[in-house]
Amino acid sequence: MPNAVVITGISGNLGRALAKLLHRHHRVVGIDRRPMQGKPKDLELFQIDLRRKKVEDVFRRGDVKALIHLGIMHDPRMSQEEHHTFNVYGTSQVLEYAARYKVPKVVVLSSSTVYGPSPNNDNFLSEDAPLMAGQRFSDIRDLVEVDMYAQQYMWKHPEVETVVLRPVHILGERIKNAPSNYLRLQNPITLAGFDPLVQLIHESDACRAMELALRPGLRGVYNVVGPGIVPLSSALQELGRRPIPLPHPVARALVQKLWEARLTSFPPPELDHIHFPCAVDGNRFVRDAGWKATLSLKETIRAVLGETPLKRPKATESAPAPVESASSPASLRG
Amino acid sequence: MAARATTALARRPASEPGGVLGVFRGWTRRIGGEAVEEKLARLTSQANEYGVDPFGLDLEFSKAAIAPVLWLYKHYFRVETHGVENIPTGRVLLISNHSGQLPFDGAMIGVATLVEPEHPRMVRAMIEKWVPTLPYFSTLFSRLGQVVGTPENCRRLLAQDETILVFPEGAKGINKLYRSAYQLQEFGNGFMRLALQSKTSIVPVAVVGAEEQAAALADLKTLARLLGMPAFPLVLQGLPLPLPVKYRIYFGEPMCFTGGADEEDQEVEKKVRQVKATIQAMLNEGLRERRHIFW
Repeated sequence: MPNAVVITGISGNLGRALAKLLHRHHRVVGIDRRPMQGKPKDLELFQIDLRRKKVEDVFRRGDVKALIHLGIMHDPRMSQEEHHTFNVYGTSQVLEYAARYKVPKVVVLSSSTVYGPSPNNDNFLSEDAPLMAGQRFSDIRDLVEVDMYAQQYMWKHPEVETVVLRPVHILGERIKNAPSNYLRLQNPITLAGFDPLVQLIHESDACRAMELALRPGLRGVYNVVGPGIVPLSSALQELGRRPIPLPHPVARALVQKLWEARLTSFPPPELDHIHFPCAVDGNRFVRDAGWKATLSLKETIRAVLGETPLKRPKATESAPAPVESASSPASLRG
Repeated sequence: MAARATTALARRPASEPGGVLGVFRGWTRRIGGEAVEEKLARLTSQANEYGVDPFGLDLEFSKAAIAPVLWLYKHYFRVETHGVENIPTGRVLLISNHSGQLPFDGAMIGVATLVEPEHPRMVRAMIEKWVPTLPYFSTLFSRLGQVVGTPENCRRLLAQDETILVFPEGAKGINKLYRSAYQLQEFGNGFMRLALQSKTSIVPVAVVGAEEQAAALADLKTLARLLGMPAFPLVLQGLPLPLPVKYRIYFGEPMCFTGGADEEDQEVEKKVRQVKATIQAMLNEGLRERRHIFW
């Protein structure tokens, strides 16, 4: 009876959170080229590069019941070539092994950013919307390709229950993605006169969504939403940030210069996310899998401060971060 | 809807906002009087704990921000409305002519449906795709609940039983030259397919007066293209700011159409022509009744 769940990219912050959630109910096997901090004793880690042939050994025993593929690299400073082979070639390799050794369930973590922010977007993009992210931001083409590859795999292997998850921006204390990093800035740049609606999901909810995707019978492409949608300004206000609004041509030129001088980790095209909307309709996952985020909007936003709702004592609700008064000059709603 | 998934929608406390918002809120109350105040109080939205609904509508912000528009409605354009009782309850598509270079006609229809009928409603206009690229306007329109006019957005809002305002002439209508005043331009078919699909009734709307607020003599198309604008009109008064014309808004009787949403273009066009003819007739009637452009 196959009983192992293989997680690629397990040593990342999201991977570790997922491992912690799953290893109580499943036998978890990890693949990552990085060592895993705080590895639970009963977790088996294969410390190898996804592109290596040795990855096949993980599946060879034939005891894998599911593969969760998070092994996608986001480091914007890494060379494009390294990125591309790791993400696209790595994905195709690991998915092929899964098919060869008859793994019945494959979950691929994509992202709702594959649709790409645009002024012409529907307010809620469905799973059928075209993946336009590469149009303005070529570094994200990897992710689009991985997503497309996973969809193609779904058709090629009807015997496998493939699930492609496209969660909205994942926030967490230790999560190092662009949205979390941005919300951690004390004085983030905003684009004057633009306040797009953003959707956010807590890392623990994102992990729960992946666990839910393991449910037998479920297959397909799913947007995964968190507890709701807010204007960017409300999220910044909740965190007590003092944004610096700049006219968008100025902001773009500035970030470009900072990027070239290696003074920022935000690739200039990421500015699109604070310029235009890229919100998704998460109804399909709700309908087919009964998805529901467990944390509130407030808890999700404040996750970047490291206030995990479980650890937070009730009394400190308003104490740690001074919440800015409603009359902040930087906000239109002021 | 993403929002339906969002349960436990805590309403924002009804306490009065401070600062600029509070000042504007006071103006709204002063200009509108008690009757308007009472109607605004009856508006509801599916707001979350940050005060916005899934489409970005912030009701408290809107009640404050409409103050200047309300003033235009009452004192500048001195809008006269006819037939608001024709707007049925539940979802509805308001289909209107479009004119005046700047979309004050949309704003006036929006105020009319807020303050005139027994049951006030917040109209969602299907706006130009150009607007979300404009700083401040993009945010302003979004917080006022106005939505980019994509078919998917319209479908979603109709499913929520909202009141949708569509200008099927689009930019061709609002930016037309004065010599074509009150002649309806080509209508898009999109609204009819959506109406058929969702079995929504259509209320034809005719706005008389807006054509004269900024009469365009020429449209500098090349310059407009260079600036990325839909049009660059040369108007009598220089800037396309509206003259204090008198507005008359006519809401016609609801029209119900039957048929499939995926009918051939020809069939859909026939129905669109009926709506267009109705609005044109209402315009002609309104023009006949009108004694003067300014009062």
